[in-house]
Amino acid sequence: MATLHTRSAARLMIAPSVLLLLAWMIVPLAMTIYFSFLRYNLLMPGMEEFAGFSNYSYFLTDPAFFQAIFNTLAIVLGVLFITVVGGIALALLLDQPMFGQGIVRILVIAPFLIMPTVAALVWKNMFMNPVNGLFAWIAKLFGLQPFDFLANAPLMSVILIVAWQWLPFATLILLTALQSLDEEQKEAAQMDGAGAWSRFIYLVLPHLSRAITVVILIQTIFLLSVFAEILVTTNGGPGTQSTNLTFLVYAQALLQFDVGGASAGGIIAVILANIVAFFLMRMIGKTLEA
Amino acid sequence: MARNVSTQRKIVVTVVAWTIGILIFFPILWTFLTSFKTEAEAIASPPSLFFFDWTTENYHEVQSRSNYFLHFMNSVVVSFGSTLIGLIIAIPSAWAMAFSPTKRTKDVLMWMLSTKMMPSVGVLVPMYLLFRNTGLLDTRTGLVIVLTLINLPIIIWMLYTYFKEIPGEILEAARMDGASLSKEIIYVLTPMAIPGIASTLLLNIILAWNEAFWTLNLSAAKAAPLTAFIASYSSPEGLFYAKLSAASTMAIAPILILGWFSQKQLVRGLTFGAVK
Repeated sequence: MATLHTRSAARLMIAPSVLLLLAWMIVPLAMTIYFSFLRYNLLMPGMEEFAGFSNYSYFLTDPAFFQAIFNTLAIVLGVLFITVVGGIALALLLDQPMFGQGIVRILVIAPFLIMPTVAALVWKNMFMNPVNGLFAWIAKLFGLQPFDFLANAPLMSVILIVAWQWLPFATLILLTALQSLDEEQKEAAQMDGAGAWSRFIYLVLPHLSRAITVVILIQTIFLLSVFAEILVTTNGGPGTQSTNLTFLVYAQALLQFDVGGASAGGIIAVILANIVAFFLMRMIGKTLEA
Repeated sequence: MARNVSTQRKIVVTVVAWTIGILIFFPILWTFLTSFKTEAEAIASPPSLFFFDWTTENYHEVQSRSNYFLHFMNSVVVSFGSTLIGLIIAIPSAWAMAFSPTKRTKDVLMWMLSTKMMPSVGVLVPMYLLFRNTGLLDTRTGLVIVLTLINLPIIIWMLYTYFKEIPGEILEAARMDGASLSKEIIYVLTPMAIPGIASTLLLNIILAWNEAFWTLNLSAAKAAPLTAFIASYSSPEGLFYAKLSAASTMAIAPILILGWFSQKQLVRGLTFGAVK
């Protein structure tokens, strides 16, 4: 039905955002790729020279790189495990009839709305601090030695903080999906004598599978580039014990001024994210057709 | 009898759910309470939950020591600025794609979304250098530009899913009644589009307010929004828990309230319409 006229008008209306995003996608990324083949340090301006793949080989043979890859995966998988399992449990709980459901929902959602730096600093100082933190006080209450979370278990502490922030996201989405489950289907299953557990396994879980996939994929995209939480709590340390790929590239670029090396690391991060993005896009693409 | 059991069950569920809810919320509550304590009380052992001498001293202190208001305004300008500019660019696009889709519309949408998947750190180096060379480093303008670009795909997607729900027959009916294009837009479409635009605005302000990669890396003393300002508390001097809490409470309160009002839109926007 669209006439030639409206079609060209439509093109004109779409053009600004397409051009902007195209520029945003191509220009910096092309520069990163270009830099990744240079020996280029900001402390030695004017000394740039072509370096071939040496930045990549430097990055890929750096022990810190493997630690960073391991930490990145540990953060992604650790947080995913906590938030998906916890999210399903919480969503099932919040779906039950209760008094003050709306208020509980509001309480549960809250951590997701807190800016990362606030969340991380509050946990670091007021809870995990081995002298003045609340956890230390609780430990002493039971006659235990306070545990220095960020010094002795830096990665676990970061995972804990990030999981606290993302648990509401998983809960909220799974709860929304749960509420679209047909009441009649549940009743029918009950009438047929299905117990709570088999109703969960054969009815609820399959119904949630789509939402769970969405939660996993979207969270993975964000969790691959956790940054602020690490910066303000452990600063990647001790050593590189809590350095993930994002933080490693940041340190290489803005602390060591190694533009070439950091760019190579950035490209590796892009490739990793693209693998995940590929699956996410297919998921979302299917919804568009539906 | 059956009724009795279900009431009993309801009470048990209520107690369990409230306990868990309060536990999850506790760090925020604790921050709020600590912000009204003195520094000595903030680290007192045993800690006091409600029974302490409430004081607003920390709020004054935070403002007078570090010009808190400047950073608060930076956050306001950056999040509202990037959201409004984003909307101005996105509304026509989403509109066109929703109302006169072509064969390629779906591909364009998917491609736009794919730009969001690029990890920020992949372009950190060039962005930092570009900003340094053009004088955009540590300016509100610079932050508005970056945040507009990173959130544009989400804005377009959200608007698109909302506009899609406006039935096309209404337009045809208006046209049959002889409405001109401008009348059609003002009287028919705008009222139907406003709820969707409002939710998009809300969600995007929340996202921009809390964005903590670019704001941390591209701003310093002058243009730092609250995310970056709060990060300066990571290297403490002396007792600072109460002041950290006061600064944090002011930074998170506006967004908490906005977020609670837009729970439903949160789900929809964050899943790109995949879960409604």
